[in-house]
Amino acid sequence: MSENRASLVSLKGLTVSFDGVRVLHGVDLEVAAGEAVGLVGESGSGKSVTWLAALGLLPRKAQVSGSATLKGIELIGASPRVLDSVRGGRIAMISQDPASALNPVLRVGKQIGEALALHRGLSGQALRAEALRLLELVGIPDAPRRLDSYPHEFSGGQNQRVMIAMALAGQPELLVADEPTTALDVTIQAQILDLLREIRREMNMALVLISHDLGVISETCDRVGVMYAGRIVEQASAARLFETPQHPYTQGLLASLPPLDGPRRRMRSIPGVVPDPRHLPMGCAFAPRCDRPTSRCLQAQPMLSPLEAGHAVACFHPASAKPGMRAA
Amino acid sequence: MIGRTRIEPLVSAENLRRTYRSRKGLFGATTDVRAVDSVSFAVMPGETLGIVGESGSGKSTMGRLALGLETPDRGQVFYRGLPMPPPGTGEWRKLRQKMQMIYQDPLGALDRRLPVLTQIREPLDIHQPAAARANEEAAAKMLARVGLSPEQGARYPHELSGGQRQRVVLARALMTRPDFLVCDEPVSALDVSIQAQVVNLLADLQAEFGLAMLFISHDLRVVRQISNRVAVMYLGQFVEEGSADDLFAEPLHPYTRALVSAAPQARSAGKAERVVLAGEPPNPARRPAGCAFHPRCPVARPECRVTAPELRSVGPARRVACHAVEAEILSFGEVA
Amino acid sequence: MARFLLLRIVRALVTIVLVVTFAFVVLRLSGDPAQIILGPEAPPEAIAAFRKAWGLDDPIWLQYLNYFGAIAQGELGRSMRDGRSAIVLVTERIPLTLALTVPALILKLGIGIPAGIYAALHRGSLADRIVMALAVAGFTVPSFVLGLTLVLVFAVQLGWLPSGGQDSWRHAILPILTLGIGGAAVLARFTRSAMLEVLGQPYIRAASAKGVPWHQVIWKHALPNAAIPTVTIVGFMVGTLIAGAVVVESVFSWPGVGRLLVVAVANRDLAVVQCILLLVAATMVVSNLIVDFLYGFLDPRLRSGAETAKAET
Repeated sequence: MSENRASLVSLKGLTVSFDGVRVLHGVDLEVAAGEAVGLVGESGSGKSVTWLAALGLLPRKAQVSGSATLKGIELIGASPRVLDSVRGGRIAMISQDPASALNPVLRVGKQIGEALALHRGLSGQALRAEALRLLELVGIPDAPRRLDSYPHEFSGGQNQRVMIAMALAGQPELLVADEPTTALDVTIQAQILDLLREIRREMNMALVLISHDLGVISETCDRVGVMYAGRIVEQASAARLFETPQHPYTQGLLASLPPLDGPRRRMRSIPGVVPDPRHLPMGCAFAPRCDRPTSRCLQAQPMLSPLEAGHAVACFHPASAKPGMRAA
Repeated sequence: MIGRTRIEPLVSAENLRRTYRSRKGLFGATTDVRAVDSVSFAVMPGETLGIVGESGSGKSTMGRLALGLETPDRGQVFYRGLPMPPPGTGEWRKLRQKMQMIYQDPLGALDRRLPVLTQIREPLDIHQPAAARANEEAAAKMLARVGLSPEQGARYPHELSGGQRQRVVLARALMTRPDFLVCDEPVSALDVSIQAQVVNLLADLQAEFGLAMLFISHDLRVVRQISNRVAVMYLGQFVEEGSADDLFAEPLHPYTRALVSAAPQARSAGKAERVVLAGEPPNPARRPAGCAFHPRCPVARPECRVTAPELRSVGPARRVACHAVEAEILSFGEVA
Repeated sequence: MARFLLLRIVRALVTIVLVVTFAFVVLRLSGDPAQIILGPEAPPEAIAAFRKAWGLDDPIWLQYLNYFGAIAQGELGRSMRDGRSAIVLVTERIPLTLALTVPALILKLGIGIPAGIYAALHRGSLADRIVMALAVAGFTVPSFVLGLTLVLVFAVQLGWLPSGGQDSWRHAILPILTLGIGGAAVLARFTRSAMLEVLGQPYIRAASAKGVPWHQVIWKHALPNAAIPTVTIVGFMVGTLIAGAVVVESVFSWPGVGRLLVVAVANRDLAVVQCILLLVAATMVVSNLIVDFLYGFLDPRLRSGAETAKAET
């Protein structure tokens, strides 16, 4: 899929350390224009850090190396001027908790307007009209009045809509959505995912969806990267990944989702715990929890390598899912 | 039933109502918010009743009412057929050993200054302080039973992972051999791969100790996995109740249908048709007249705006509160 | 709003009644004003006459009631020492105190807030550590120690400034510095932690993610939020403008309200003490009201009727 389209964002060997502890171990990822890429993984897997690092949003104590380019522009170590024009203008980001990502003392109209002024040079009536259009676009009822409301006067779902309106203000080419529905109720989550899909189609915008929820990813994304302990361990089209997962971690994740229909059987779980980044095992980080480790897995780190076109896996012993393991 | 004694429910409740007083603004007028209204249920020994609902549905209040941690404004909770004694009384305190609560945040439930094994044996030390040796052994045994090593037992809560902490909380809850457990979102804060471990452990412990459970969660998958029966709550009321398999396979209430269809599916096949509910999540302070769900309901009828539907039996072990479903049954007979 | 105001005023009145009662009890039970004012050598007849004149022979509860009755009629009494109206005695000292406390407040705000913001923005830097070390020193050292040290250095050793008295503006410098340094230290620490708290909020990162340049993130997003908690402490400082210089005025023999209070307490001169206490209570109440209004102005969450008791589920 991505091969046919122009590359928009390209991450190469992206590495992040905090106080000398490496939390991201060289991430390579391509996002094509208009494409929806999912990043799935558990807490601490590095899926959010990857994008915060690419956009220069990590605290100063983070050491970032490697490369992140947007249509050839290098972002790692770029000047504040370059970063400020990219952030919100070409790559926008929304996060998990919309209520705390909006400034509590500023009216939402003003917060949306800020992005419009910065990236599109709007002011006065034109700015207000565009802010209004955006609020209506994301489905906020009674938008003219709501422009002058404060974030605490909105519900969680509405705040996420406001965040999306704010992200769209700069007409970005890529929207990075970091767990956009995790803090929301199920029925509201469905509304927001629908809205994201609709907007992406209309604006031909690429989307990176970061989530721990395989269901959310599978319903929204063309391509999926699975992250574990600071690495991408498997990458494939959504269809392939859920049909024939190769990495034992991906297989375990799919199997540990209880189904909503069909017979109920004991859940398959991945034993053990997510490793501490300060004490990573020597070889494959997943080996201690894996059901088929060999001596090789305990000594060497498998690299992400293509298994076939469009499907890469970082495992010495990739294997198709056993029958019956596919989660419904 | 012939030749067998009828099984009595372990915990049951009749017509519970719990109202909170809420104030609008710093000095505004107070309004009464019904967190739980007209809820009745029964949990048999060893059975799990799952409670599903979104924020504001009153499901957590339900859990505290069932445990007797709160007193209903109306209605009554029964434990083994006897009314729940008022909180704080000696009788009530004695019952605490028999009924335990598991919360979403295990770190908040544990004392961060004590090693976890000490906390696991604490309930025993309180009730039989003389038997220190026996308590120690029982706690160590329980520690092993929930899958933790003695070395982990010597650690402090913050030195354990979220899943391990929840195991500690479970171990401590089971020390007094309760027969009723209320779990309020016990795995929601855990990573997916850890959720499965804890759910499996919970199922094993339930079988081993013969526990009855009230399992409260917003996660339909987890609830279905662990429950025998499931009730769906909306704005403080049960809107549907049935066996876990039937309810999710064939949801009747439009809200249950929307919930089931909104649960994201991790599958490679084409995306299923979804019922996306319009409108905002329910606000208990502004409860609509008639059926509380009608402003968001895709099949609302005129009468839904006026009359609240009652929870009616519509099949074996199946109850639903919906005018539209009732009308459907009238025209098509019993649902499958 | 009217309800809100009424409630505040009722609370303020209750506070004042309690303060005044407390002062009455303490002063009346801790010594005989007649004996103290007339001196130990005074003949018994003079003492008896003094007591009769000031109503000190009445039962204590009657004195208390008389006293409150007078206050309720706006009569704050006369000084037992020289018979002058207490309110006149106190009000003529107010400008002298303000001459110290107002410049000191400006000093506190002008140094404390910028220093706190700077330290927060350069957290962990050398400058941050210096500011914080000074701040800790500034508010752990009691003001009389600081005052005496300044006197020792600038008056005794260097001879640049007078050590006490009130004859020229040069006499005011050391007391102002003493008051200002301690307050600036408190304010710097407070501002720094408020700012750090705000800088860690997700909306700060969200503003950066939106492409807002860093200096604008500070000015438009961080400062308005950090101002909310800082207002509390500034309000408290405004509340101490009139009587917050008791110790410093004593150290520097500055004849302000604080000095008057010390003398009046020593003489058990009830009317003057009460008058000052009423004044202090009134300024505190007013500054608290101002803080509440500022809160509403700065924080829209308090302005509108947000649900305070969220229904738990």
